[in-house]
Amino acid sequence: MAQIVLHTAASRGGADHGWLKSYHTFSFASYYNPERVNFGALRVLNDDAVDGGRGFGEHPHDNMEIISIPLSGSLEHKDSMGNIGTIEPGEIQVMSAGTGIYHTEYNKNKDQTVKFLQIWVFPNKRNVEPRYDQVKIDTPEKPNTLVQILSPNPDDAGVWIHQDAWFNLGKLEKGSHVDYSLQKKGNGAYIFVLAGDIEINGQALSTRDGFGIWDTDNFTIQAASDAEFLIMDVPMEF
Amino acid sequence: MENRTEILVVGTHEDILKTVLRLLNAETSWHAVGVLGCEEAIAKCKAHTYAIVLLGGGLTEPEEAKLKTEIKLIHPAIHIIPHYGGGSGLLYAEIHGALGTTN
Repeated sequence: MAQIVLHTAASRGGADHGWLKSYHTFSFASYYNPERVNFGALRVLNDDAVDGGRGFGEHPHDNMEIISIPLSGSLEHKDSMGNIGTIEPGEIQVMSAGTGIYHTEYNKNKDQTVKFLQIWVFPNKRNVEPRYDQVKIDTPEKPNTLVQILSPNPDDAGVWIHQDAWFNLGKLEKGSHVDYSLQKKGNGAYIFVLAGDIEINGQALSTRDGFGIWDTDNFTIQAASDAEFLIMDVPMEF
Repeated sequence: MENRTEILVVGTHEDILKTVLRLLNAETSWHAVGVLGCEEAIAKCKAHTYAIVLLGGGLTEPEEAKLKTEIKLIHPAIHIIPHYGGGSGLLYAEIHGALGTTN
C-alpha cells in the first residue's frame, strides 16, 4: 500500500532576511525540524525570493547535487570553475559540488525580484569532479503532459545529476489528469505544487503544498483548477 | 565555556574548512576545530574527546573508512557523520541530527 506524507505550504519553515525571503520544506539553516529533514535523497527544497540586485555572496558547497529552477526574474551564477551564467524561467541549472566548489548567486535585475526553487539532492557518489550546466526546458508537445527536466542520464532530456532521480514539470488544465509511473523500484515521488489545485490519491493540494508518495508503482494527478507542479522522483534509500 | 559540544571537522579544502568552522563557532553552545587530513584528525582524537567528527568533502573512501575505524577504537561513542552541502544551510541540521537535539 502506498505511503504518503503531506507538507502544507503553511507548515514550511520560513526565513525573512529583508532582501531574501525563503520557505524551507525541509530543515535548512536556522529551521530545524527532526520530522522534516529529507524525503529520500531529496534533502533541500527552498522556495526563495531575492530582491533586485541582491544575492548570495561567495560561499562553498561540497558533495551535493544542487538544482535551481527560476520561477520569475533572472538569476546570475558565477563559480570557482570559471562558469558565469544567467538563468530565467524556462531554464534549469545544475551544479554537482563534488570535491568542492565556490559560487555566488545574484539577482541579475536591479528592479525586479527573482523567485526560484533551490533543490538539493544527495549524490550517489561522494567526491565527484565538480560540474555546472544549464539547459532550456523543452516545451511540451501536447497539453496536459509532463516534461522531463532532470535525470541520471547525460543523453536524456534536461540536466543530469549523480543520483537515480528524475524531475518532471507538469502543467494541467482544470479537469484533466496525468498518470505517473515511478522510474525505479525503491524510488518515491515528491510533488510540489507551483500554482493551482490538484488531487493525488484523494489528497487535495494547493499552491506550494508538498506531497510525498512511495511504496507504489504509479499514481494519478488530477487538476481541480489550472495547475503547475514539479514531480521529484528520488531513491528512498541511497 | 562549560558544556559546549566539541566538534572536530575534517576537511581537505582549507577555505571551505574555514567557512564551516566560522559557521559552527557562531553557535555559542558548539566549539569546533578543524584539521586537514586523516593523520591529523586521528592525532586530535587521541589527545581530546569530541562529541562529533564531521567529515568534509575530498576525503577518499579508504580515508573515510580508516578514520571511522581508528576514531571509533579511540572513542566508541563518538558520532562520525558526513557533511553535505559546504558551508551553508545543512550544518545545523547535521549537528542537531547527530546529537538528537533540537534548536
